[in-house]
Amino acid sequence: MAHTTFGAATAPIFSAGTSDAEIEATALKAIKRRKNLVLFWQIFILVAVVGMWELSSNMHWIDPFFYSSPSEVMQRLYEWATQGTTEGSLWYNLWVTMEEALIGFFAGSVTGVFVGIGLGRNKFLSDIFSVYIKAINSIPRVVLAPIFIMIMGLGLPSKVALAFIMVFFVVFANAFQGVREADRNMIANARILGASDWQVTRTVVIPSAMSWIFASLHVSFGFAIIGAIVGEFVGARFGIGQLISIAKGTFDAAGMYAAILLVMVVTLFAEFIMTLIENKLAKWRPQQHIDTQ
Amino acid sequence: MNQDNKQIPAIELINVSRRFVSPTGKSLTALREFNMTVGRGEFVAVVGPTGCGKSTTLNLVTGLAKPSAGEVRLMGGPINGIDPRVGFVFQTDALFPWKNVLDNVMSGPLFRGKSRAEAEKGAKDWLARVGLSKFIHHYPHQLSGGMRKRVSLAQTFINEPEILLMDEPFSALDVQTRTVMHEELLKLWADRKASVIFVTHDLEEAVALADKVYVLTAGPATVKSVYTIDLPRPRVVSEIRYDQNFIDYCKTIWEDLRQEVETSYRRASEAA
Repeated sequence: MAHTTFGAATAPIFSAGTSDAEIEATALKAIKRRKNLVLFWQIFILVAVVGMWELSSNMHWIDPFFYSSPSEVMQRLYEWATQGTTEGSLWYNLWVTMEEALIGFFAGSVTGVFVGIGLGRNKFLSDIFSVYIKAINSIPRVVLAPIFIMIMGLGLPSKVALAFIMVFFVVFANAFQGVREADRNMIANARILGASDWQVTRTVVIPSAMSWIFASLHVSFGFAIIGAIVGEFVGARFGIGQLISIAKGTFDAAGMYAAILLVMVVTLFAEFIMTLIENKLAKWRPQQHIDTQ
Repeated sequence: MNQDNKQIPAIELINVSRRFVSPTGKSLTALREFNMTVGRGEFVAVVGPTGCGKSTTLNLVTGLAKPSAGEVRLMGGPINGIDPRVGFVFQTDALFPWKNVLDNVMSGPLFRGKSRAEAEKGAKDWLARVGLSKFIHHYPHQLSGGMRKRVSLAQTFINEPEILLMDEPFSALDVQTRTVMHEELLKLWADRKASVIFVTHDLEEAVALADKVYVLTAGPATVKSVYTIDLPRPRVVSEIRYDQNFIDYCKTIWEDLRQEVETSYRRASEAA
């Protein structure tokens, strides 16, 4: 059986006459024990993997030149943070990438939501444009990076454009679908209660598309970062992508891993903030339903 | 003049047909030569086999759908779009899940341009009438099915509809809750005397609530027969089912309805 994982407590059998308080206390204790157990294993796995990496690198089971080691990576991060990178301060580079990703993310998601809702509410327009959207959507977005850089140069605009286009399509597709999935009865109900078209959109269609839109926002921040970094690979003067690119050029494995770690932390943090906002907005929902396109 | 106004029925469907044409061009007739008259303050129930087009009649009255032929008249006038005098209670949950109970009930007045204060006062009043004053800040998912239905009733009644359409509103409730809701509906209706069309597949429900019961044929639906239910009001729904007259009505109408149900059932199994 799948759910009898190791360490799972079996339900205790109470003798007759046990009070509710006792049963609750035991249940709470069991829940807490389980939580601690999960946490323990999570930490254990992290320590084990990082430890194995460190050990095998030190013992030369793997080539430290290519695979570096956790201590090297941490040291590189420390150096970058205190002495700066070859391309200037680490924080400046990080900020450049974040700026590109954030602008692309906000612009892309706002446009995606507007266009998605607009086309979702208008059958005629969506019939006309659907073929073009499908066509553009089938282009792998990263191949646009060289074109954007050629047109907009090495600076901020080309990365923002790439992040934008990556975010836009995900958010657009979800907003569009969310509008289409809005419950027909609910819309009919609103209209009979006296809602105008705009009121239907505002009070029924947008709120019901919201869970779809939020699902896409979770993924699309990652996409915005991808857009920014790929743009920087192709051509940039600053940014995390540029740091990785330089580290690659100098065979600096530790540098590459350090940059990856940095991006990971930043994206996790953004994801955390997004979840907070979503929970605040969606307090009416019995539970999250997770859905990406 | 006033006397004349009273004579004009609240709802008239005159020789109405309704065809659906699919995107591939096939046409399906849901209603044909359908005639129905609902007087002012009259409670009409419509029974018929599943899928025969009962809900279609309601959509024609709301103005959400237009007849392919024939005429639908409300209070003697034609229908242009959605009529503000109409209220509709849905079979499934049509409450807005992201709004709490109070905001759900306030929706109607707000859509119709009333002030927030006014809407809130009305909503609290109606929620008190359906016995939900303690739950105004709950969200729909925190309520039971019966409570949600009560919110739906309050949401519809707050607009004070002269014409009330109900599409199998209680079919998703358990039997006990349903009886309670019947009582409550009759009480609310007795205060206002709206003209009601109540669509259901439950014959006993139809007889217990209505002044007139329309029996429809298997689709394409047309009126097979009309029965006037002459049971005294106010009715106590939980007890009326033991009344001999009630039982007789049910038996007679069921005989009539059964043939249609069988036809519909046979067609469905032939098609499958």
